Amino acid sequence: MNRIARRFQDLRRTGRKALIPYITAGDPRPALTVPMLHTLVEAGADLLELGVPFSDPMADGPVIQKACERALSHGMSLRGVLELVREFRQTDSETPLVLMGYLNPIESFGYEAFVASAGAAGVDGVLTVDLPPEEAAELAEPLMAAGIDPIFLLAPTSSAERIRQTAPLARGYLYYVSLKGVTGSAIINVDEVANKLAQIRALTDLPLGVGFGIKDPFTAAAIAQVADAVVVGSTLVSKMAELADDPESMRREVGAMIAAMRLAMDAKD
Amino acid sequence: MVKTMRNPVDFSQFPDQRGHFGRYGGRFVAETLMEALHELDEAWRTCRSDPEFLAELDLDLARYVGRPTPLYHAERWSQKLGGAQIYLKREDLNHTGAHKINNTVGQALVAKRMGKTRLIAETGAGQHGVASATVAARLGMECVVYMGAEDIQRQALNVYRMRLLGATVQPVTSGSRTLKDALNEALRDWVANIDNTFYMIGTVAGPHPYPLMVREFQAVIGREAREQMLTDYGRLPDALVACVGGGSNAIGLFHPFLNDAEVAIYGVEAAGLGIETGHHAATLCAGRPGVLHGNRTYLLNDANGQITETHSVSAGLDYPGVGPEHAWLKDIGRAHYVAVTDEQAIQGFHDLTLTEGIIPALESSHALAYVTQLAPTLRRDQSIVVNLSGRGDKDIYTVAALEGIQL
Repeated sequence: MNRIARRFQDLRRTGRKALIPYITAGDPRPALTVPMLHTLVEAGADLLELGVPFSDPMADGPVIQKACERALSHGMSLRGVLELVREFRQTDSETPLVLMGYLNPIESFGYEAFVASAGAAGVDGVLTVDLPPEEAAELAEPLMAAGIDPIFLLAPTSSAERIRQTAPLARGYLYYVSLKGVTGSAIINVDEVANKLAQIRALTDLPLGVGFGIKDPFTAAAIAQVADAVVVGSTLVSKMAELADDPESMRREVGAMIAAMRLAMDAKD
Repeated sequence: MVKTMRNPVDFSQFPDQRGHFGRYGGRFVAETLMEALHELDEAWRTCRSDPEFLAELDLDLARYVGRPTPLYHAERWSQKLGGAQIYLKREDLNHTGAHKINNTVGQALVAKRMGKTRLIAETGAGQHGVASATVAARLGMECVVYMGAEDIQRQALNVYRMRLLGATVQPVTSGSRTLKDALNEALRDWVANIDNTFYMIGTVAGPHPYPLMVREFQAVIGREAREQMLTDYGRLPDALVACVGGGSNAIGLFHPFLNDAEVAIYGVEAAGLGIETGHHAATLCAGRPGVLHGNRTYLLNDANGQITETHSVSAGLDYPGVGPEHAWLKDIGRAHYVAVTDEQAIQGFHDLTLTEGIIPALESSHALAYVTQLAPTLRRDQSIVVNLSGRGDKDIYTVAALEGIQL
């Protein structure tokens, strides 16, 4: 059992839902990434999604695009991201960490070399946004062989047939994109999400995470009622951008955002 | 010498069901777009086998676009170069002045059948944007064209044309602010507005079915050229030449000739300031395979897989990817890809203008520049068909500025 499965098992046992923050590696500066990951864990994160910056992040809105541009301007690369993971693992061997990004940097690295390096660095899952299940076997199989979970996306538009097609290749958890659009888009509709998650649950036993459009503790708590995990990204990244020149306030405020979501999600009504 | 080869495959059988040309092509997009692509694929499959749709398309191509376009024997230029006879496929004479409208007329008919009310498009030089705005105006559809802020500066004339046609030109300020970023932005729009929006990709790139669909709409160029050569001159050409950015005019000319093994095929990329300077857009000549904009193909990217910025004097060739079918044709050796510099292209622009009284687009001028190298290596009884993919009116400001002339 890898770190992701173990974490979801523990959460289930204690009746809690996973809180998964996303930040872009190297944003606003590479030196701030590992301290921020630790801050997120201290504030109550259960899993971490670490974005691998890409020059052409087609599925992301302006907030994450700009984060990618900032990270790339500091020379961040997939190799550099794996270095950061290795550094994070020196002091945290428990918290599962998932890389999220686009396929081309991985193609460029070479699948085999990437799987080996990611495993050695302590990566637990890989979510490749532009790699749907039809094209995924070539990367998903070596990942699974190395004990790294390929994480896949599902969308409001995913048909039952597509959910069935995705489930056998997916490990760890399924990431349900809660609205049509890019990251950082409008407001989530909890009832719609609940309906779709029920449909997905009938077809898979994997934990279901929900992301895109979760910006505050209230929404996080509402989603936690129906999902196994809540993913929050753009709202954190935007706060980090705002406080980029004041790393101490940045860590404090982003930590407080996560702590507030944690509190709201864990509250018993 | 013209290079020829024996064909190992029946080219009409590609791509496969999932859009693969060998290892290239495919559908590399986020899950949020998969259903839309399925829907498009199905709608388009229905259209292409529907005689009524095809008849409507033929009528539009004849009466609105102005097809067939002539195959013109450039006698004076042929004589001057002292080798092969050169024939220009006059796509510059299409309505809106380039080959792009062959595709937008076709996609607009598909959009109409799907009941979509809003068209979006990306554009580099503005030719595809104008062609999109044109068909949108004709069908009374809303039209939003994404264009890199950099390109908007370079192509003021086309920007104004689009606005006259009722389109919204949306400047794209992310990334390198050029065509690739416009494509990203159009994909983002599509994902958020899938219910009423049809995305008209302007080239033979993007996720399946776009490379196939756009090729089929553009293949009218090659079908006509092949027929015109056979009817007017009783033989096939020895060589084809076309410029390649994304590669739609080139694949349109090439595809109907792919099974004619004796016809040599040359795609001409933009070497910009010279490939050795790093300031170019010669994806097939200097790139390597990767994944961008929904397909696996050759890309210009750095050692870390980040897409690099390109340069060409011609905005329409300024793209770091290329259609996946070209990537495959290169690897299997059926087509040859070469590159000419900005300077050589400008020379080609002047040569044709002065010799034949035809002002070519800077994109097409790249193909012409290569013809000036190829023609003298062939005999006078041999022939080259070159795709004159667009007219050069849009480029006269660029050319004048390069020569220090203010208009």
